[in-house]
Formats: sequence, structure tokens, C-alpha cells
Amino acid sequence: MSRPELQAPPEIYYGDTEAKKYTQNTRNQQIQADMTYRALELLNLPPDEPAFLLDIGCGSGLSGEILDEEGYIWAGVDIAPSMLEVALEREVEGDLFLQDIGQGFGFRPGSFDGAISISVIQWLLNAETSHPTSSPPHRLNRFFTTLHSALRNPSRAVFQFYPSSDDQIQLITSCAQKAGFGGGIVVDYPNSNKAKKIFLCLFVGGGGPQQQLPKGLEGDEEVDRGVKFERRRDRERGRDKSGKRKNVKARDWILKKKELYRKRGKEDVPRDSKFTGRKRRAVF
Amino acid sequence: MVRLITHNLLACHVKGCNSNNFPLEFKDVQIELREAEFNPDFLKGFMPKLEWKALVDAARQLGDTSLPLELPEMLDDDFLKNLHHVLLEIHVEEGTMTCPNCKHEYPILNGIPNMLLAEHEIG
Ligand SMILES: C[S@@+](CC[C@H](N)C(=O)[O-])C[C@H]1O[C@@H](n2cnc3c(N)ncnc32)[C@H](O)[C@@H]1O
Ligand SMILES: [Zn+2]
Repeated sequence: MSRPELQAPPEIYYGDTEAKKYTQNTRNQQIQADMTYRALELLNLPPDEPAFLLDIGCGSGLSGEILDEEGYIWAGVDIAPSMLEVALEREVEGDLFLQDIGQGFGFRPGSFDGAISISVIQWLLNAETSHPTSSPPHRLNRFFTTLHSALRNPSRAVFQFYPSSDDQIQLITSCAQKAGFGGGIVVDYPNSNKAKKIFLCLFVGGGGPQQQLPKGLEGDEEVDRGVKFERRRDRERGRDKSGKRKNVKARDWILKKKELYRKRGKEDVPRDSKFTGRKRRAVF
Repeated sequence: MVRLITHNLLACHVKGCNSNNFPLEFKDVQIELREAEFNPDFLKGFMPKLEWKALVDAARQLGDTSLPLELPEMLDDDFLKNLHHVLLEIHVEEGTMTCPNCKHEYPILNGIPNMLLAEHEIG
């Protein structure tokens, strides 16, 4: 099978069936989690300052769940309604947006303390979307320019992605540079066919305390693994069979808050819908 | 799941719509309240990013009048708790957000705003 981005536009490829399959596959969960941890490491956020992050191409929330777990507040954007629907079902904490990153962002300057993007931007080079669109370089320029302005100075954006050629890496890095980013490519485990991972590590205004491009990881990936598997087991323990998180907020609590609002004399408290506190399903 | 924390950062991104394009105006909204963990350090760090008037107006529109019109100098616990609630616990589930300038409407369905643009709107 060729790579997904060569098969169909993202919001078609990640339809209902694939979105579920993708999210429930434990091996995939593990890979996306590992790459998210690594991206966070490369973000090099100042310690002890709780950050507000953007998850670009957040999908069904496999990367976002790690952000939740690590205590970050975040917003996520994705073009595939079915993926976002799964994210709602899994009750990730971040605010979600249905958005084509090739159309650019409207976030005000300096909105985010950092951005991550796991397994997404190769899509900008390939299959068209079914929405109106323009050429890949135009989309990349629009994407990087509006992202650069949405990030605070200094900060970083870290993208794990799957380029299919050096030319693609070249095109992406040159568009990023044109948009004002510094930084470059970091390759982990370059000598292992299986473990090799490519990260684009971009800096706004020097990228923070350590201005040098981080080094890629070398050697044996398996050694790091055990620890992370432990973490995953912890994560999955908190979920029931359908992947929903246990201990979700009870409807009772929400109603209590609404009552409180009314008591405090607030008008216009939205009426209790029968959906209040229910699992929300996305119908786009 | 649009909360005011992201609404306060969001301007219209339609081609050529570069001024008076913030804040997006809520219409026909339904909200839900959901508890979130209180983190005063996060709030203090976030405050410089806020457009205060836009936040107070949006909160009032959603039925919360707990924030003062002027940003207080002293950030006491009561204030931070109110700010926490306004930014992180009020979820807009349904409705639309309209650009005050070009009038583009961003519909919100099941808590997710649709930010997709039509062809002539792409910059
Ligand atoms: C392999 S998934 C990764 C999802 C998530 N980051 C994770 O780690 O599980 C790739 C995601 O990129 C999204 N995507 C592809 N092209 C996009 C675009 N132009 N705008 C927004 N999202 C896009 C797809 O819809 C899909 O959810
Ligand atoms: Zn506009």
C-alpha cells in the first residue's frame, strides 16, 4: 500500500472507519505517544511555566492526550470530521477546531507558547483536500506565515512528519524559512530503518533559551521503550472498553452549576438541553 | 468545546479581512459548564495575552458577570477563580461566531467551530 497521503484527501482517508481503526490500534497509540513525548522534549519549554500549546492536525487526540497528561492546556485543529468526532468521544481536554491548515490560521499574534504536529504536514505536499485549495507551496506559505505570527516570541514549533524525498524536506524548510522561522531538521535513529524519525524543529525569534538545533537520538531505540510502555498501560487503565475516559463529569455537576448561576441572578443561562452532560456526537 | 480562552485569541482569517476582525460575535449559543483544574500560575502567565474588554463582553453575553470591567491590579484568589471559570469552564456547544468586519459566519456544531473557508475567502 502506498502512503495514506497518496491515496485520498485527508478528510476522506480518515473517514469513520479509518478514524476508529487508527485510534484503537494499540501499536499506533504507542508510536504516536512516543513521538509526542519526543516533540515535547524538542519544544524545550521553560520549566515551571504552564504553557498553552497548539496541536496541528490533532486528529482523534492521540497526541493531545499526552498533552493533557503532561498538564498542558491546548487547542487542536484538524480537517477530518471523523477524527474530531473520535476525539470528542475520548473526551480530550483541548478546544477543537475543524480547519484546513493549508488555509492558514486566524489566531492573534503571540497566542501560543509552542506548537506540535505529529504525522501531519506530509499531507500538505500531497493529495488535495476536497475543499477549495491552491498549490502546495502556496498552502505551505500561508500555513507557516500565519503559524509564525500565532506563536509567541521566543518559542518553538516541532513537527514529526514523513517526507517521501529530500526535495519535499527542501520545499518545507524553505517555506518555513521564508515565513521567518529559524531552526531545521532533527533526525532520530538515522541508521535504523524502523526507528528513524524526522522532526522539523522551528524557532521563532531564536527559539528560547537554547538556541542551537537539538541533536537527534542515536543508538538503540528499544532501550527507551520499557519505560514508555509502562506509561501507556497507566493511560489505558483510565479508560473503559470503548476508549472513553472513566470518571467523566456527571450531568449532575453541570446542572448544579447552572442552578448556581440562576441563583446568583444571572439571566440568559442557557436552557438545559437533553444533551447536557451527555456524550457529544459530532455531526457535520 | 470552544471556550473563551480560545475565543479570545481568534480573529477572522478570511482573505483581506485584516482590521476590525476581532472578537468574533457569538449568536444563538448553547453552553455547557464543565469543571477544570484550577491553575493560578497558568492564569497569571496567560493574562498578558488576553484582550480584556473582549473577554468581559463575551463572558457577559454567556451569562457570567463575575469579571470586572477594568483589569484589577491585585490578582487575588477570588478574581483568579472567576477568571478560571470564565476562561476554562464555559464551553460553547452550539451557535455561530460572526466576524464583525466581513460578516463571515463560523458555525459551531457539537462544540467544534467550522473554520473552513470558501475558495474566494482563502488568502
Ligand atoms: C496520522 S494523523 C495524526 C493525528 C494525531 N496528530 C496523532 O498523533 O494521532 C494525521 C492527521 O492530519 C490531519 N490533516 C491532514 N491534512 C490536514 C490539513 N490540511 N489540515 C488539518 N489537518 C490535516 C488528518 O485529518 C489526520 O487527522
Ligand atoms: Zn472577517
